[in-house]
Amino acid sequence: MEVIAPQAVDTLIRLLAGDGYEVVGPTRRDGAIVYDRVGGLDDLPVGWTDEQAPGHYRLRERDDQALFGYVVGPHSWKKYLFPPEDTLFRLTRQPDGSFVTEPGISEAPRRAFIGMRACELAAIDVQDRVFLDQAVQDRGYAARRQDLFMVAVSCAEPGGTCFCASMDTGPRAREGFDLALTEVIDATQHFLVAEAGSEAGRAMLDRLDPRPASDAEQAAAERVWAEAPEKMGRQMPADAREVLNRALEHPRWEETAERCLSCSNCTLVCPTCFCSQVEEVPDLEGQRSERVRRWDSCFNQEHSHLVGGAHRDSVAARYRQWITHKLATWHDQFGTSGCVGCGRCITWCPVGIDITEEVTAVRRDPEGRA
Amino acid sequence: MAPDTVQPPPGSALPEQAMAPQPWRIHSVRRDVASNEVFSWELRPEPGVEPGPLPAPGQFNMLYLFGVGEVPISVSATTAEGGVVHTTRAVGSVTRAMQGLEPGAVVGLRGPFGSQWPLEQAKGRDLVLVAGGIGLAPLRPVIHAALERRSDFGRVVVCYGARSPGDMLFRDELDAWDRRDDLDLRITVDRGTAAWRGDVGVVTQLVERGGFDRRNTLAMTCGPEVMMRFTAATLERRGLKPEDIFVSMERNMRCAVGFCGHCQIGPHFVCRDGPVFPYPVMEPAFRIREL
Repeated sequence: MEVIAPQAVDTLIRLLAGDGYEVVGPTRRDGAIVYDRVGGLDDLPVGWTDEQAPGHYRLRERDDQALFGYVVGPHSWKKYLFPPEDTLFRLTRQPDGSFVTEPGISEAPRRAFIGMRACELAAIDVQDRVFLDQAVQDRGYAARRQDLFMVAVSCAEPGGTCFCASMDTGPRAREGFDLALTEVIDATQHFLVAEAGSEAGRAMLDRLDPRPASDAEQAAAERVWAEAPEKMGRQMPADAREVLNRALEHPRWEETAERCLSCSNCTLVCPTCFCSQVEEVPDLEGQRSERVRRWDSCFNQEHSHLVGGAHRDSVAARYRQWITHKLATWHDQFGTSGCVGCGRCITWCPVGIDITEEVTAVRRDPEGRA
Repeated sequence: MAPDTVQPPPGSALPEQAMAPQPWRIHSVRRDVASNEVFSWELRPEPGVEPGPLPAPGQFNMLYLFGVGEVPISVSATTAEGGVVHTTRAVGSVTRAMQGLEPGAVVGLRGPFGSQWPLEQAKGRDLVLVAGGIGLAPLRPVIHAALERRSDFGRVVVCYGARSPGDMLFRDELDAWDRRDDLDLRITVDRGTAAWRGDVGVVTQLVERGGFDRRNTLAMTCGPEVMMRFTAATLERRGLKPEDIFVSMERNMRCAVGFCGHCQIGPHFVCRDGPVFPYPVMEPAFRIREL
C-alpha cells in the first residue's frame, strides 16, 4: 500500500494534461458539484461537502480541507461517453437524387476522469454492456471509451441518498480504474492511499512521489473502507428484481404516479439510462442533413409513440417501465442490474420519489391490499 | 482503461450495414388502396451499395427519407433481381412524406433487422396465417416461401381481415391465391359493400372454421394487438399449443439494434428479439395494460 500527499493530486492533474489528456473532474458551479475540465487542485471543491436527501441537495463548507469530501452530484461521466447530443451521420444530397452518408464528427479526445466513485465505475461497466457487448457496437461510445485514464476515489462519507453497498457496487473502488485513491483526513493527518489498477496507473503513480504506507496509515485507510458502508443513507432490498417481476399490476404505481411529474430528471441524472431518440436536422436548402441523437426518457409520452397514440400513456405505466427496467428486466437484457445505487434519482427528483422506498413498499405489501 | 470488447454474435445486418442509411432507388411503386394510403416500393441498391443479407420472412428494414426521418418497415417480398419490397401505410410524418414518391426517387435503407417467422419449424405441418389489415404485408413473404416449397407443408390456410373490400391489399395476388387448390384463402371485411359477396366480421371467425390439424399446425399472426390476442385465443380453443402460435409486434423504434430503448416490452427489445415472438413470450403484453 502506498501513500501520496494531497498536493500530489495537483501534480496528477498537471501530468495528465501534459501527457495530452483532457482532464475532467469535480468542480463547484451553480451551487452544485459538477464534472468539467479541471486544471489543478484549485478547480476541485476542496473543503466542500454536499447534503443530500430526497428532492434535496445543498453544498456546505467543511471544517477541513478534504479534496473529495462529497459524493456524486447531478452530472455523471455518461455525458462524456454517451453525450446528450451526438451527430451520428451527415448526409449530402447528390445531383442524381441519391445521397452520401458520412459518420458524424465524433471528436473523441483522450480524457482523464478524476474522482470517479465506485458506483460510477459500475455505471460505466453497465453502459459498456449496453453499447459494446452487442452484435452492433456503438462506435461513438467505443471511441470515447477507448483511451480513458480513470482515477477513482473510494467514498469515505457516503451521502443521505446513497445505497451502493446494497447494490454491491461500492463504496470502495475495487476494479475498473487506472488509479484509485482513498482519502484519510483528521486533525493530525491528511494523505491519500493510492492503488494502481493498470500498467498506465502504475506508471503514473510512480511519478507522484509515493511512499510505502506505515502500519498506522494502512490501518486508517482500512478503517475508512470498513466504516463507509455503515454510513449509507439508504438500502435496496436484495430481491428487488423478484419483487418487481411480481408487481406489474401493483396499485402502488398509480399512487406513485399521483406524485410523479414525469419530468425525466431521474433518467437524466441516472448514470446508466441510455434511451435516446434520433432527429433529422436538415439544412434550409435541403442539400445536407444530419442524424442527431439526443437523450430521451421513458417518462416522455413520445417515447412509446405508436400510430394511434402513446403505448404508455399513463404516468403510472411510465414509472413502472422505468423502475422495472432498471431493477428487473435489465438483468434479463444485460446480465446485471441497471441500478448502481448512486442515489441521484432520489436526490434530483423534484418531489423526492425514492426508488428504494418504492421497492420496499411493494415488497411489504405484494398484493397491494394496504 | 479500455473495456474487453466482446465479439458480436451473428446478427441480422452486418455492423457496417446496421447504422448508416444506404441509398436504394425506388424501382417500382404500386398503390393498392383507392385512398393511396398504402403503397409498395420495390427498392434496389444504388451502384456501390453492398446490400445486407437477403431479408428473411418477418424481418424489417429501417427506411429513411432525406431531410425527413426514418421508420421501421417490414419486408413484404423480395425479388429475383435482388430487390426488396416494402409495403407502407401513410400514417405519420415520415410515411406521409414517402407516400408521393415515384420510381427513380432514392431513399435510405439499413437492415435487415429482427427475428424471422419460424418457417423451418413449420415444415411437415399445417400452416395457418392470420393477417389483419396491413399485417398481411409481413406475412406475405411466408406465403411466397410456402408456395415455392409447397410440398414442405401440409395444408396452408390464409385468413385475412380487411376494413372493407377497397382496403384489401395485393388484390391480383389474392385472386391468384384464391384460384389455387393448394392454398385455402379466407377473407373477411369489417364493412361490406353492395357488391361484396364474401364474409363480413372479425377475422377470428375464419379461424373458427378450422380445416387444419390441431395437433400438427403452426400459426403465425400479424395485425392489431387486439386482433392477435383474439386470434391466439381462438387457436388455443381449437387445440393449438400456445408455443405453436407466433405473433409480430409493433413498437416505436429509432435504432433497430437495441440502443434507443423505445421498443421494449418487458425484457424484450422488439427490434432485436422480435418483431416475431412465440405467443407465450408476448402473452403478458397482451394481458397487462400499457406494459
